[in-house]
Amino acid sequence: MTATRRVTLVWVLLLVLTFGSFLVGVEQGAGFASVGAVIIVGIAMFKVRLIGIHFMDLRVAPRALRALFEGYVLAVFVVLVALDIFVRP
Amino acid sequence: MTLLRQSGAQDVAADRARHVPGEEGIWVFVLGDMTVFALFFATFMYSRGKNPAVFARAHAELRVALGAVNTVLLLSSSLLVVLAVQRVLGGRRAGAWRLIAGALCCGVGFVAVKAVEWTQLFAARKGVGSGEFFSYYFMFTGIHLLHVLIGLAVLSRLIVVIRQTEFTDKQARLCETGGVFWHMVDLLWVVLFALFYLVR
Repeated sequence: MTATRRVTLVWVLLLVLTFGSFLVGVEQGAGFASVGAVIIVGIAMFKVRLIGIHFMDLRVAPRALRALFEGYVLAVFVVLVALDIFVRP
Repeated sequence: MTLLRQSGAQDVAADRARHVPGEEGIWVFVLGDMTVFALFFATFMYSRGKNPAVFARAHAELRVALGAVNTVLLLSSSLLVVLAVQRVLGGRRAGAWRLIAGALCCGVGFVAVKAVEWTQLFAARKGVGSGEFFSYYFMFTGIHLLHVLIGLAVLSRLIVVIRQTEFTDKQARLCETGGVFWHMVDLLWVVLFALFYLVR
């Protein structure tokens, strides 16, 4: 696969994921607010990872730099989901 | 032992083949900025957990469609920048500036949509002082908007650099660095869009 084709397919996937999370956002009123938040945050962080790996070209970066980025994505996901689940009024 | 040594040598060789995209310094800035925004995201989620009803009411005042349009604009601009940088690094720089110009137009579109959105909110008497949700909303999206404006200046500079006759590896690296900055602006918005517009 050419590099142009690869990044174009990633862009299409990013648009599909944006539309998917938009639908989950709209459906949250149907009573699954917390599950909806986890799905939305999960999709967002997966999109962040796609942008980092394919657009910022971290897939060819030294392992340490890529690991820092992947660690960031995972840490932000875990912290945001934990706050969503455990913080109560 | 010999096998271990060989595989170790292969790993070192593979790591040498890898390269840091753009200038190394940009990654210190990008990862630092992303960490600051991570604190913003966590602060928002904590406050939302403490005041769910207040946040849900305020959230309903935002127009999700405008946020979605802005997401599509930034994702598309990022694609155009990647395609331009690929051309530049591949030695096919002719026409690459047009792709950057396209990305610039998408970025200007983002600012225009934000202006429309904020004007509507101000008309509805929503501002930084209209409760916790809107304080965070205007502060975080405002700081992000500042990043977009800096990004637009970077993209404008890249157009000039790509079009000039003298073009060496240094200029190619500059294009890659500018691209990394613009993608960071994109990925920060992806999370802001999810938190402010989608999560209730």
